[in-house]
Amino acid sequence: MMKIINIDKQKWAGGVESLSKSYRLFGPVKDVDCHNFKELKQGEQPDLSYGNTKLSPKSVVFPPSEAMFTYSLDESNPEHHILKDVPKDYSPRAVLGMRPCDAKAVSLVRMNFDTPEYRDPYWMDAYEATTFVGLACENPCASCFCTSTGCGPYNEEGLDVLLVDNGNAYIAKALTEKGEKLLASGGFTDAGDASAVDAKKAAAEAKITAKIETDKLSEKVIMDLYDAPFWHDVAFACINCCTCTYACPTCWCFDIQDENKGCEGVRMRNWDSCMTPLFTMHGSGHNPRDKKHQRVRQRFMHKLKYFVDKYQKGIMCVGCGRCVQQCPVNLDIRTVSKTMNDYVAKS
Amino acid sequence: MQNPYKAYPVRIDSIDVATEDKSLRTFTFVFLNPEDEQKFAYESGQFAELSIPGKGEIPIGIASSPTEKGFVRFTVFRTGLVTNHLHNMKVGDIMGVRGPLGHPYPLKDLEGKNIVIIGAGFAFTTLRSTIVYMLNPENRSRFGKIDVIYGARNPGMILYKDELTAWEQRDDINMHITVDGTDDPSWKYHTGFVPTITEKVAPQADDNTYAIMCGPPMMLKFTKPVLDKLGYKHENIILSLENRMKCGIGICGRCNIGKELICKDGPVFTLAQLKHMPEEDT
Ligand SMILES: Cc1cc2nc3c(=O)[nH]c(=O)nc-3n(C[C@H](O)[C@H](O)[C@H](O)COP(=O)(O)OP(=O)(O)OC[C@H]3O[C@@H](n4cnc5c(N)ncnc54)[C@H](O)[C@@H]3O)c2cc1C
Ligand code: SF4
Repeated sequence: MMKIINIDKQKWAGGVESLSKSYRLFGPVKDVDCHNFKELKQGEQPDLSYGNTKLSPKSVVFPPSEAMFTYSLDESNPEHHILKDVPKDYSPRAVLGMRPCDAKAVSLVRMNFDTPEYRDPYWMDAYEATTFVGLACENPCASCFCTSTGCGPYNEEGLDVLLVDNGNAYIAKALTEKGEKLLASGGFTDAGDASAVDAKKAAAEAKITAKIETDKLSEKVIMDLYDAPFWHDVAFACINCCTCTYACPTCWCFDIQDENKGCEGVRMRNWDSCMTPLFTMHGSGHNPRDKKHQRVRQRFMHKLKYFVDKYQKGIMCVGCGRCVQQCPVNLDIRTVSKTMNDYVAKS
Repeated sequence: MQNPYKAYPVRIDSIDVATEDKSLRTFTFVFLNPEDEQKFAYESGQFAELSIPGKGEIPIGIASSPTEKGFVRFTVFRTGLVTNHLHNMKVGDIMGVRGPLGHPYPLKDLEGKNIVIIGAGFAFTTLRSTIVYMLNPENRSRFGKIDVIYGARNPGMILYKDELTAWEQRDDINMHITVDGTDDPSWKYHTGFVPTITEKVAPQADDNTYAIMCGPPMMLKFTKPVLDKLGYKHENIILSLENRMKCGIGICGRCNIGKELICKDGPVFTLAQLKHMPEEDT
């Protein structure tokens, strides 16, 4: 049975304060001219009045830059050149007030980091340590199109708790055991009532008019789309700035680099982007994605076709609209998806 | 579960110059912890990440054969950051090996079949592993006829010369060695590119004959039509591919061709599979 709790907004700040005793807390905070998810400092409150954050909260489980191992290059050290684990803090952490689209993105990305053959320990340990507390969207942005990506402003997938803003109070739906535990630990115990939720949900969904067309993507043949003539046009304006992949909640590609200081070093992993030529450059100088249209094609084919075929879980896009909003040349995934969706290969 | 990014510590046991121009060297490693050798149990066609703390990691095909115990061996071409550093390392140095990674050649499915091995340049490494495996007295009787077509630019660029010479003496393997060109009057093998020699010497195709191919893109491109002409079915042509990669375990996201990842779904594919995968060069 799913528990419904009523959180009086007067009691919210005190609850967050209590939570900070047993969780590392992450939440949206003002970041110069926008909002972003950060680890909350002692006494800091998440600012739940935000529209959407500029970057997705994927960094809570997948930091832009993360140490994997340390090592010593000092040959007088008996353990030199041997990789050592980095001490990590996987004590319980919680993200407060993330958007449902970003939470769904985390569950899509999980399929990449948690496979039958390999478990990525850094991503998975952070993920398992995290309780995801969502905040339903009452006023979606104009660029949001989550309702056509199998998600929505009240979507619950990937969340442990969903908060619904109900005027003077939040209606909190505990969706998992983890979620119940968090609510209890915040001292949120007043029984609530979810009867207002359905109507609010329908109202929020109705505000989202932008759509992405994807219904015919799964029946297309990879090679037909790959060989389609439109990629040069699609890619024409792109300046390969990588903003889209950086802001995207479902982009996960990373690079591994060793960083040395004197005789000590750290093996790091850093977010990377398929939009840069170096991403695929062979040592020989040969580059299978040397040209811009090849890289742009890779990004859209990955999100809208390869992922669709590989997992049968829909597209690798949750409709958060960040790439649409932030792309300096207005390249729009919805237009590209429509082009792909409508494409019929000449036989 | 073990951290799949963590390399087993190894010691460089020997370094052998593999080609006259010294652009290739063969490195033999011994595991610092003997139990790691068991964990590293591999099959021919798989690769590993050679992990040099302070420099980085490189995916390299395993050149030794599972039948060779006590060490693991790789032949590396010097090209960029990590390979240059490796070429300057010395016997006794400590580094790491992570793997084994990727799918091997499907040798279990090839038992009872005739096999034509076609290799060129330094892509011969995992093919060497395969040949050594099949020629092992315990394994030889499980395979049919074995033909090997191997080409290098010139006689000085031929890898594993001593072994090739020894295989030449045997009657259970047909060696067809070629060089692109040479002015050495004592050269007693073929002269010409691999596709041309393949056309001349490869056995006619039948359902029982499989080709395993590994080489630079040009060699693959021109050898495929030759095999077509000889009647090889695309299901019977097995190739090993290469793309820039980092994690080697299907997670970092860069080595894909279409929805397949070369590191995890490959590097071994049949030509029939590749027909449905983009080549990424148009
Ligand atoms: C499955 C597989 C098997 C291979 N087997 C061999 C072999 O037996 N012998 C051999 O000499 N070479 C082999 N290679 C190629 C070898 O991995 C590259 O030459 C090497 O990574 C270049 O590294 P670098 O640091 O010197 O070059 P840089 O250009 O400095 O490369 C930087 C990094 O990019 C990546 N990278 C660059 N080029 C490649 C590439 N072609 N393939 C994969 N990753 C790359 C590596 O992580 C490398 O550390 C193989 C590649 C693959 C994918
Ligand atoms: S944000 Fe726009 S211009 Fe920049 S790489 Fe992405 S598609 Fe290209």
